[in-house]
Amino acid sequence: MYISENQKSSDTCVIGGGIVGLAISLGLLRNGHNVTLLDENDNGLRASRGNFGLVWVQGKGDTLPQYATITRQSAKLWKPFADHLNAETGIDIQLEQKGGLYLCLSEDELQARQAMLTKIQQAAKNDYPFSTLDLAQVREFFPEAGPEVTGATWCPEDGHLNPLLYLRAMTELFLKHGGKLVHQGQVISLKQQDKDFTITTQNNTVFHCGKVILAAGLGNQRLAPMVGLNAPVQPNRGQVLVSERVRNFLHYPTGHVRQTGEGTVQIGDSKEDVGLNQGTTLETMALIASRARKMFPILKDLRLVRAWGALRVMTPDGYPIYQQSLSNPGAYLVTCHSGVTLGAFHQGPLADWIANNDFDPAWEVFNANRFTL
Amino acid sequence: MPTDSHFNRQAIRESSPIPVTINGQTIMVQPNDSVAAAILLSGIEMNRRTPISGKKRAPYCMMGVCFDCLVQINGKENIQACMTKVEANMDIRTQNGARLIHHDLNPS
Repeated sequence: MYISENQKSSDTCVIGGGIVGLAISLGLLRNGHNVTLLDENDNGLRASRGNFGLVWVQGKGDTLPQYATITRQSAKLWKPFADHLNAETGIDIQLEQKGGLYLCLSEDELQARQAMLTKIQQAAKNDYPFSTLDLAQVREFFPEAGPEVTGATWCPEDGHLNPLLYLRAMTELFLKHGGKLVHQGQVISLKQQDKDFTITTQNNTVFHCGKVILAAGLGNQRLAPMVGLNAPVQPNRGQVLVSERVRNFLHYPTGHVRQTGEGTVQIGDSKEDVGLNQGTTLETMALIASRARKMFPILKDLRLVRAWGALRVMTPDGYPIYQQSLSNPGAYLVTCHSGVTLGAFHQGPLADWIANNDFDPAWEVFNANRFTL
Repeated sequence: MPTDSHFNRQAIRESSPIPVTINGQTIMVQPNDSVAAAILLSGIEMNRRTPISGKKRAPYCMMGVCFDCLVQINGKENIQACMTKVEANMDIRTQNGARLIHHDLNPS
């Protein structure tokens, strides 16, 4: 898929070949666009490769109801999207949406969570399903839950999938439908003359296009000002522990622990502000493991086979930015930290907006001017 | 020891062989052998079946990274054969699919 000539042109260029850029690209191909996807190279920070894989609804949007709305909209669109990926590529991304639990280890934590979800429920005029469970009720889902679990919040719309298979399925579908995937290093310049964007990469390859979508994760911070946009995103590190494969015993995902279709147990949910450092630390891994063992003492003898750190792409308020440039029409900014959960929304309604100028005014809250006004 | 192994032992300064069993069959091995080496020398064609497709697997990297040589040893599942030294009378068995985590914790 490497482009050998120096100059290339297509309707649309998407900068960023992670799960956000790919989902948008698939939606644009579906709308008949011809799409070139610029995926940096293996030096990229590659947040999509470190993902935990939750399709998560509960708790999203406690201070911004519209975020809860698009999250649930995406959750509802997920099943047909996953079926489509499977039918087209033969890859089953292991999507399961039969509900999820957030386990709490203290009464205070459980009460704060219940209060937060009640607030979202009220903002949604009671159309927001969740319930608060005590330990006995948690054990109906997980007989293995430990005595230190005080309870959990349950949401029937939560789920999970395998994020690496998701990335691979989207890449295969993109190529199958004629998308061009290029690895020519970072984009170093992005300019618009009349209606034509000119993109130059590190390898001195030049691309021309009528529309450009910035989906480069943390790279958007540097790219956005080139087309009059603002992407104040910062890295936030999460560390994930990965176990040997064991027979399936966790039949629902939780906010901290989930089991993949292959039997691997993934344990995570740390949050650290450490710049662009993608490493792991013994201290944080020990903390993650200790919390997980309180939730499920059965994990005591589970062997861990690897761990990684990955950088979330966080805006100051944690919510996405979806915006077209005013000074450079045809340039769009798309950034979020829930690329899995919002995947079906990105592939569907959001890509339709970019393809057809079909902007839902309700998405105005995702404009980056909220950080400067 | 069966004679149909695809592997031959290099000349070494031999010690007194010790017995281990692989799926119940006793074989004699050198005390410094890894379990994976013992399996390859024994001539058995696989040490595990994979969790998803049930395909056969044999020791591959011999240095602890590929996890293809998983076996049951003395009742414990998912042990890396290449990282484990043989012991006299060790009970080595084929690992069938994923480990059952409950087994080790609540023996009954």
